[in-house]
Amino acid sequence: MSLQIISIILGSLTLASALMVVLSKHPIRSVIYLVVTFFFITSMYIMMNAQFLAIVNMIVYAGAIMVLFLFVLMLLNLNKEMEPMNTKGAQLAAFIAGGSLFLVLITALKDTLILGQTYRQQDNSIGLVKELGNLLFTKYVVAFELTSILFIAAMVGAILLAKREKQIIE
Amino acid sequence: MQAASSIGTSLDFFLFVSFALFTIGAIGAMTRKNMIVLLMCIELMLNAVNLMLVTFSTYYGNGDAQIFVFFTMVVAAAEATVGLSIIIMAYRNLKSIDIDMYNQLKN
Repeated sequence: MSLQIISIILGSLTLASALMVVLSKHPIRSVIYLVVTFFFITSMYIMMNAQFLAIVNMIVYAGAIMVLFLFVLMLLNLNKEMEPMNTKGAQLAAFIAGGSLFLVLITALKDTLILGQTYRQQDNSIGLVKELGNLLFTKYVVAFELTSILFIAAMVGAILLAKREKQIIE
Repeated sequence: MQAASSIGTSLDFFLFVSFALFTIGAIGAMTRKNMIVLLMCIELMLNAVNLMLVTFSTYYGNGDAQIFVFFTMVVAAAEATVGLSIIIMAYRNLKSIDIDMYNQLKN
């Protein structure tokens, strides 16, 4: 029972920090709140015993991607008055659309079989590194190798996009 | 609720959190006009889907979904890299990160 209380606290903190990502005016505060959100999501992975994904989420998302966002924000040197905002009508329309999307999702959740179920403790070793590594290097090894091509393409693309402008200036 | 009989948290709560996270990300993507905040909202939505995949993977006792979550993280990392470099390149030309200015990207 205490686990349930902990999960409710973690979930509400996750949603609160995610709301702060959207609501805060300054982009750097948004990045910091996004890191906090990723930490809470990592804690949820740990609660579901997905240990490998918890570590990867912490290292890749909160470590690498968010630092990249932060670097770009510092590099661009944005002022407060440059922050573009939508009109009030567009914001209201966005909130109505998002609210109806949430309503549809909750209605779909209400009819699922998963409601009120808990996970089984005995066959819960699937999230460990050993099991997932076994799966990754046998069944999904082709996709894993294709991932490297994707990364090389992304790396080349990023270098090309960031470098081309400098050559024109010189 | 039959959660009292066994150890562990009920999984529908995690599903609820993931739906709410996805909605918050979608509202943010529709509301904000800052390009970087838009990318962050997309990351938020990706994480919501990841959380839902892990929840179902835990429920069914099947590890395939967690592999998909791993690949989603890989694609998200590549996407963030390329997106941010596009933002840097466009900021040098336009001196703005307003999404409405980016309709000239093909020049």
